[in-house]
Parts: sequence; structure tokens; C-alpha cells
Amino acid sequence: MTRSDIDGAALDYAAGGGLLNRRMLLASAAAGTAAGLLQPRVARAEAEIPEWSKTAGARARGYGMPAAAESAVQRAIIEPWQDVAPAFSLSGTPHHRLRGTITPNGLHYEVHHGGRPDIDPARHHLMIHGLVERPLQFGLEALERYPMVTAAHFLECAGNSLFNAVMPEPMQAGCDMLHGLVSNTEWTGVPMAVLMEEAGVKPEGKWVVAAGADGPSLARSIPMEKIMSDGMLALYQNGERIRPEQGYPMRLLLPGWEGNMNIKWLTSLWVTEAPVHTKDESGEYTEILADGSSLQFTFAMGVKSFITHPSATMTMSGPGVYEISGLAWSGAGKVAKVEVSADGGESWAEAALAGPVLPQALTRFSQAWHWDGSPLVLMSRATDETGAVQPARADWKARYHASNFLHYNAIQPWQVTAEGAVHNVYL
Amino acid sequence: MSIFKLTAAALLLGTAAAHAEGPGLGQPLDAAEIPFYATYVKPDGTGLPAGSGTAAQGSEIYAAKCAACHGATGSEGPVMPPVGPNDVWPKPAGSYWPYATTLFDYIRRAMPLEAPKSLSDDEAYALAAFILERNGVIDAETAMTAETLPQVQMPNHGNFTDVWAKQGAKPW
Ligand code: HEC
Repeated sequence: MTRSDIDGAALDYAAGGGLLNRRMLLASAAAGTAAGLLQPRVARAEAEIPEWSKTAGARARGYGMPAAAESAVQRAIIEPWQDVAPAFSLSGTPHHRLRGTITPNGLHYEVHHGGRPDIDPARHHLMIHGLVERPLQFGLEALERYPMVTAAHFLECAGNSLFNAVMPEPMQAGCDMLHGLVSNTEWTGVPMAVLMEEAGVKPEGKWVVAAGADGPSLARSIPMEKIMSDGMLALYQNGERIRPEQGYPMRLLLPGWEGNMNIKWLTSLWVTEAPVHTKDESGEYTEILADGSSLQFTFAMGVKSFITHPSATMTMSGPGVYEISGLAWSGAGKVAKVEVSADGGESWAEAALAGPVLPQALTRFSQAWHWDGSPLVLMSRATDETGAVQPARADWKARYHASNFLHYNAIQPWQVTAEGAVHNVYL
Repeated sequence: MSIFKLTAAALLLGTAAAHAEGPGLGQPLDAAEIPFYATYVKPDGTGLPAGSGTAAQGSEIYAAKCAACHGATGSEGPVMPPVGPNDVWPKPAGSYWPYATTLFDYIRRAMPLEAPKSLSDDEAYALAAFILERNGVIDAETAMTAETLPQVQMPNHGNFTDVWAKQGAKPW
């Protein structure tokens, strides 16, 4: 199989740059033309029987770990003040090394404002107080007896993709650094409404100030409406107890809303009549606009997508047929469609979405592509069920002050060079 | 309260409990059991404790406990300098935040990073005074107390759009 075996004229193109109609990948595989297989094949003199096929394997173990050869699959660590304040630390999910939609627990992104606390679950309580009929406290054991719900939802830091938002030149790094502060989990826990109803919210109780048991006691004001509609006290993450990084033994989950509000190590829900203007909603999580004024209480994350395969730092393995794959999501609901372009945005093809497409959850998209080896720019553009469309970077930048790096959801272009290198570019 | 009223109240409570979907295992929480960081000082000053502190007092505490991360005078950083304008952080806490009460509460609950909740109320007032004074928001003589802090007019107050009030959960 050589490059010349691919008869470009016979392929069924959906858009420029070699984007193919959906059935092409399957059809070429089924017909045995295997257009994608261009790796040189070295024939062996005799059949090889590897040593692991000639011995007994390791015994069962209590908690499984990834294969040793996968040890390089790690979160990318970002510590802006490593020398003086190492506890303020972040890590990004390596999306370019993952497939599917669920983020493995050990690879879920982290943003710690004051480090990860070491909590004794036996001494941890959740308090509900303030404008309620019955101030209550709940231990972990009691919460275990409550009816639980399960739902897959993304969490995204409001500062995800910050480097693309503010760096004058595009940073050359993988999806872990560029877009790693979003992850997707099947959460299980107690509906917040059940606990609130038990405490009996007074009519004037319109907001809830949630606080964590971490060093800084991170706190946010949350509208009662959100708490009661789909707020969850999350106890389990992909089936196991939530990890210390994600708020062990319990965290608040507010589907689709900026990560910072999903208070980890949750210990207090204080019902108030109005927001209290906590530190995060006064400065760090406000957005300065182009005119110098600021936005406060920007809660839901906008519609967004990026291509994970291929993406910056990866190398193409020669011309041929590929499956472009990526992730899309919206804090406002379900992803309605994702379009992919392989000619820098001149033409677009509608990508296939892997179902079921869930609200406020990562959705995997894919698009068959015949790369003929010429340089080009790949990008994806998501639209959500409310009709909101991902903006171009220039349009996003025009709205905000140059320093703003929050709620960045612009289209991500990847440049593929003739040599097969993939670079981060601004378009 | 009459027996009748008591019974009626008990019935109402019973109904409420029956409506809830949970097993009702929450334990009563006494006011004395609630730590200060489970509440937040409100913009009108509700929740501020007794105590006071001046910028001069704050200056000494700042040099000892804060300067290493936020800079010698509060505007150098490297971490989010609270004094502005500066070249590091476009949102200096002492001038950008809409309410001065947040300074007291945040410093008391969260700072210094390695020993949060170690400051006394007087120290937290003094540090808030120091940061506000360095930003030119208050004068050097005014001590910060439960009475004076909520009266501080923050210069950027009124320069915020409340997105939730304006358009609810719809992303901006
Ligand atoms: C070891 C480093 C360190 C020390 C010492 C320290 N801080 Fe901080 N401070 C931080 C970090 C990190 C943050 C950011 C926390 C966050 O993002 O939630 C911060 C945030 C702040 C903020 C909010 C900044 C903003 O714009 O959001 C204020 C105000 C503040 N500190 C005051 C103080 C005071 C007062 C002291 C001394 C009592 C102090 N800090 C000591 C590391 C430190």
C-alpha cells in the first residue's frame, strides 16, 4: 500500500481539505483497501511467541493500575507561583491521550486555591443553616442512606484555555495544557433539593453560600433556583468515592456552571436572601470587558469544542485516511452539532456525534479525513441546542479586556504542516 | 402556645417531612456549632465581629506575614497583588472589589496561605485597613471596625454587570 494507491478521485468528499463523507472510513476498511494503513511492514522469518505467552501472569490485585507502558499518561501540572505558593496548583487532563468521553478519576483536572486537604471522613459534616426552618448537619454515614441519582456531567474551570485567551503568540503545547481544565465524570450523589427540603428553606431564602473545608474555606454564592433544580451533593465519581482532588468526601455539583462554584470538600450551605460577594465573585472570577466594566455572576460555561486527534504536539504518520476526533460541550444543554473544517474555515462538514448526547456533558465527535500530505488548518465549531455557536478567537477577544482569560470558548485551529507536525495557531 | 397550636405545628412538620424524599436523618445544628467560615460577612457589615485595626498596624503585620507572596508594598506580587494599579494583576483587591467587607472576611478565613484562620479579628481589620489605605481608598487615620468597614466606598463599585440578574444562566 503506497500513497499512490489512494485514488483521490474515487473518494467521496464532504468538504475541502480532504474531509470525507461518513461511510468512507468504514467502506475502505470493509473493502480491504485499508487506505489508512501506510505503516511500513517488516516481514519476520518465523512466528514470534512473546515471553508473556510462555509464563503465568501476575496475580489478582486489590486496586488496578494502568499498564506500566502508559505511565507517561499524566495530568499536566501548572503552578504559577511554584516558589512562594506551591499549594495554589492546577493540573490539566491529557485529552490528546484519551478517547471516549469519561475522564479516568486519576486524570480529572484540578484547580486548588489552597492545596488539597487531607480530610478525615468520620469528622466531616455538611451543615445547612441560615434561612431554614431546621438547621441541620449530616455525616457521611447518614448521607449514604439517602436516595441517589447518577448523571454524567463535565466540569470546566472558568479559566480553561487561558493561554490561548491571553498569550500574544500561540503556545505550543498539548491539549493537557491548552484545554485540560475540563473533564467529564459520571457523578452519583444526593439531589440537593432533598436535603434542602429536609431543612425547610424559608421563602426569603433565595441564595445559598456554599463553603469548603479546605484551608481557604473557598466560598461561592449560588442562586437557590440552581440548587433546587439540578444541584447534587456528589459522593461518587465514576462509581467510586470521589477523589481527594475532587472534594473527598463530598462536593457540590452544579451541572454546566463554572468549576469554581462546584465547591469541593463541601461543609456548609448557608441560606441567605442575597449573594454575599465572596472573594471569588468579587475579583478572580469576574470578567473585565473591552470597555473596562466587569461582569459578575457569570455562571454557565459557553458552547465549546476542540479536536483531540490530531492536536498540537502530535505527529501525523504520513498521508492517508484518518479519523479526526474531538470533544464538544455546552453549559446551556446538549451539543446540537459539531462542524469540522480542514481548509481553515472555508468549508465545513458536519461531524458524527457519538450518542447518547447528554446535556452538560462532553460529547465525542468524529470526522473521516483523507490527508493528501499538504499543509492545512483543521478546526471544529460546536453549536448547542439553544443555537449558540462557538466564536472565532478575534470575535471573542473583541468583547473582553486584553487581560481577561475567563470563559474563553473560541474555535481552536490546528495547523498541520507538510511534514506532519501539528501546531497551535490563531485564526 | 396552646395545645391546639402545638399539635397543628407538629402536624405541619410531619407533613413537610412526609413530602421530603429522604429518610430525614439530618441532626439538629446549634448556632454555637457553626464556625465563622460557614457564614460570610455581608456587604452591609452583618457578621463583622468587634475589634479594630489601623493601616499602620496592618503595615507591620503585612511585612511579616504577607509580603513574601504579595510583594514588599503590596503591588509587586508575584501573587495577585492587592494594591494597584500594578503590572501583575488587573484586579487589585483593595480597589477592584465592589465591597470592602470582602477583604476582612477573605483575609480572616483564607490568609496567609500556609496558616489560614490564624489571624485575630484585630489583625484582619488592620490588614484590610492597610490594603485600603495603600490603594488610596481610605486615609491613614481611620481605623477599620464593624462600623467603618461597611461604609468604605469602593471605587469600582457600580462598574459591574450582574449577568445572573440580567439574563439568568444563559452564557454571556
Ligand atoms: C504563601 C503565599 C501567601 C502568603 C504568605 C499570603 N498570601 Fe494572600 N494569596 C496567596 C494566594 C496563592 C492567593 C490566591 C488564592 C486564590 O486564588 O484563591 C492569595 C490571595 C490573596 C488575596 C486576594 C487576591 C485577589 O485579587 O483575589 C488577598 C486580599 C490576600 N491574599 C491577602 C493576604 C494577606 C493580607 C496576607 C498576610 C496575612 C497574605 N495574603 C499572605 C498567597 C499568599
